[in-house]
Amino acid sequence: MSTPTADVVVTGLGATTPLGGDVASTWEALLAGRSGVSRITDDWAKEFPAQLVARLSTEPADVLDRVRIRRLDRSQQVAVIAAEEAWRDAAGADSGVDPLRVAVVFGTGIGGAVTLLDQNDILGSKGPKRVSPFTIPMLMPNGPAAAVGLAVGARAGVHAPVSACASGAEAIRWGLDLLRLDRADMVVVGGTEACIHPLPMAGFSAMRAMTTRNDEPERASRPFDKGRDGFVLGEGAAALVLERADAATARGAKIHARLAGAGGTADGYDLVAPHPEGEGAGRAITAAIRDAGLTAADIGHVNAHATSTPIGDTAEAAAIRDAIGEHPLVTATKSQTGHLLGAAGALESVFSILALREQIVPATANLDDPDDDAAVQALDIVRREPRKATFSAALNDSFGFGGHNMALVFTTA
Amino acid sequence: MPSTADIQAGLAEILEEVAGVAPADATPEKSFTDDLDVDSLSMVEIATAVEDKFGVAIPDDELANIKTVGDAISFIEKNQG
Repeated sequence: MSTPTADVVVTGLGATTPLGGDVASTWEALLAGRSGVSRITDDWAKEFPAQLVARLSTEPADVLDRVRIRRLDRSQQVAVIAAEEAWRDAAGADSGVDPLRVAVVFGTGIGGAVTLLDQNDILGSKGPKRVSPFTIPMLMPNGPAAAVGLAVGARAGVHAPVSACASGAEAIRWGLDLLRLDRADMVVVGGTEACIHPLPMAGFSAMRAMTTRNDEPERASRPFDKGRDGFVLGEGAAALVLERADAATARGAKIHARLAGAGGTADGYDLVAPHPEGEGAGRAITAAIRDAGLTAADIGHVNAHATSTPIGDTAEAAAIRDAIGEHPLVTATKSQTGHLLGAAGALESVFSILALREQIVPATANLDDPDDDAAVQALDIVRREPRKATFSAALNDSFGFGGHNMALVFTTA
Repeated sequence: MPSTADIQAGLAEILEEVAGVAPADATPEKSFTDDLDVDSLSMVEIATAVEDKFGVAIPDDELANIKTVGDAISFIEKNQG
């Protein structure tokens, strides 16, 4: 038996998003500059200030069997779809790994809110006997992780970090820790979200967090642009399979990238507003770079959290500039995918890995007129066309309501 | 009043919808848990669907005694209409 090392690699990728039903179609659409954003046409949305969403390009019912569709909340359905793709990509079922050494860490920001609301409607209209016996397992925030655990047969442990829009990135960090601590040999990590429903839409709108550029769906999510006015709510999931490098090499696994380091901090500043100078975000970035054994100069690419909110983007720009510098090629892919909340960190990690592997940085859509903010002006934000570049390390950062800050560093395999 | 065959067919439809059981497998001797892989939460859903389809409510203590498809058919036959 080989001695476990701290070297962790990514051997599987999976995703189902507003841009595509899998990783390949999502990546292709991203590089082609396509948008996943559309206007809600349902009657309920007519009086809503924010009417834009980024819906899945592929309905889960077209992928999963009817029984799983019936028993799983939509957030759990997409988690399973992404995780099964990643598990296939890693050839997990043929790896010979002991299920007692397979773990899952899968986060969500909101969880099964749509189930909760739908069942509450049934409770009101038909009474308690008509409430589904699957209500609780469908709404519990650990439900996606548990569903993924069953799908891949994981028995080392199933964990569910909940840190709003940092949940997906936090799950990846936990997975790295589990492997470094030798608590598992393979870990399926990721994030999921599917809460497009009037109540979350109304709640985010009441916070003035969502864009109201209803007449221009494809141009509404515009991170770092002067005209940005909020995020577009998206749905989907992304997953990665992590394992120690020596084990992956020994079994001849395809290695997408190394997960070289992770960092996490809390702002300790406000429940929802980011620190204006991105202080906690910067500390997370610095911690991740140090954890990876690198220096700021090594980071060639940043996939920014950049949700297209007025204060969030400038705070993050300051954090990137101050913690890394002006040299990395920055992109904000939420300009095309919308904001997948608890799935965002996982999806953008997939994008960071593909950018690293293919040495190309996707463009930030709709960045017509960069904000006058000094930090935004200082950054090299890729726009209009994807940019080819040579780099060996990429960083993905994610932040969540509650002051959660996460950063992950990936390096070439 | 539906015949035994009608009840079996109706129950098979419910089993397919709720638990993904192929209609041909829903035969009287089959055990819900051992043969058809129907779990306890799905049994609750099946009971609700039976009430909708046949107008027969299955109390929880009776539900616990229904082990096979045949048990369910007999219970519905005895209690309908």
